[in-house]
Amino acid sequence: MAADSASKRTPLYSVHRLLGARMVDFGGWEMPVQYSGIMEEHHAVRRAVGLFDVSHMGEIEIRGPEAFQLTDFVSTNAVGRLKIGQAQYSGLLYEHGGFVDDVLVHKVAEDHYFLCVNASNQEKDFEHIAGVNRWAATVEFASERYAQLAVQGPRALATLQKLTPVDLAAIRYYHFQDGEVAGTPARIARTGYTGEDGFEIYVGPEEAPRIWGEALGAGQEFGIKPCGLGARNTLRLEAKMALYGHEIHASITPWEAELGWIVKMDKGEFLGRKALAQLAQRGVRRKLMGFEMRGRGIARDGYEVFLDGSPGGWVTSGGPSPTLNKNIGLCYLPVEMAEIGRTIQVLIRGQLVEAVTVPTPFYRRAK
Amino acid sequence: MSAYPESYWYTKEHEWVHVEGEIGTVGITLHAQEQLGDIVYVELPKVGAHVQQGKTLGSVESVKAVSDVYAPVSGEVIEVNESLAEMPETLNQDPHGAAWLVRVRLSAPEELGQLLTASDYQSYLVEEP
Repeated sequence: MAADSASKRTPLYSVHRLLGARMVDFGGWEMPVQYSGIMEEHHAVRRAVGLFDVSHMGEIEIRGPEAFQLTDFVSTNAVGRLKIGQAQYSGLLYEHGGFVDDVLVHKVAEDHYFLCVNASNQEKDFEHIAGVNRWAATVEFASERYAQLAVQGPRALATLQKLTPVDLAAIRYYHFQDGEVAGTPARIARTGYTGEDGFEIYVGPEEAPRIWGEALGAGQEFGIKPCGLGARNTLRLEAKMALYGHEIHASITPWEAELGWIVKMDKGEFLGRKALAQLAQRGVRRKLMGFEMRGRGIARDGYEVFLDGSPGGWVTSGGPSPTLNKNIGLCYLPVEMAEIGRTIQVLIRGQLVEAVTVPTPFYRRAK
Repeated sequence: MSAYPESYWYTKEHEWVHVEGEIGTVGITLHAQEQLGDIVYVELPKVGAHVQQGKTLGSVESVKAVSDVYAPVSGEVIEVNESLAEMPETLNQDPHGAAWLVRVRLSAPEELGQLLTASDYQSYLVEEP
């Protein structure tokens, strides 16, 4: 698909073109979908290390004496449990309990929270948060001040360590530290969207091309590959990480998406809490399940799922799993049908093809 | 030798057909497989099926997407490349050779007149937005 002239570009756009990346439109952004090939890039991340430009992601900063109150009110996870230098996965919900977005909340200081949000939702998220702000807190749309690179894979630490004096091994999973990467200020978070160990680095946009080049150089001995959104998607699907617009959206609540663990009902009032409490009492109707294809065919996003011949759900994400060498997917099923080992059928281009529900995540890295 | 054999006919949907006598061997082009990326699944008609020029003949799936393959010529399918079921990646390696899709007995050879020559097809690729 040709990207239209209105599409946005990251500071690394020309670098991607030079590397011969295939560019696609992704939520209004002209992004690399692949460089050498999705399979090869996927395996590089599982076996060695991959480098992603994720500068399209948005950043929102909440500051002020009551920054905690606002951040805790708009998100489902318990911000009060965060220590400075810690990050948490969380949800932004509407009053009715559906997702505005899924986000990473970083506690920078007692009066400063840094949110990483989805590219195509960033303006909406900002307005959503600013719109309910009745505290002594400021909400800043900060996306223009950051580029974001993800270094992911078992050799991510060894790669990035060559570029920073910060002791990376001392940063625990879902923690971060502000320091320098390649001599420039950077926020280094041990987070990711691949199911592997790795880091997400936030830097000034003007520094991004140089850091990208230095990271590729540092990872060369490990076989680093630049990776596009294609591999990012197959990696996150294997790890069963939700993608906004697929597993979660405005009509899906955390209960249905199997994301109850990011909802802390006992933390006090927050947006969406009342609806979630009612739903918890009533019980939800559908649930997210993983499946593997048994018959020949690949289930794709949006395909219908049949149960004993009748329509019963839909595929939220589907495709080949390069690691497992199987065709996998996630789907919503009626809650009474949502059990592991159940045979389902996916309507693939007019034909019902058999699949079976399986435990998730499909892939879990060895610790 | 050009990447696109001179003796093949091409479509704007990026299929090729190589006609010998009344039999046409059909495949997808080098450009098509490049655009698709890693091909992981191929769906083809059965032997005996009748295909019609410009109508769906099957599909090719990459990691990322599904793409229809359209018949460049009308006729009866007389042979299907079964090896692609097990090794769809051959389509990335040899799309104009070993990874042919089907062989068709042409029912309307005059249809070839509507197809592109190798040089027309390559010009089309350059002009394509």
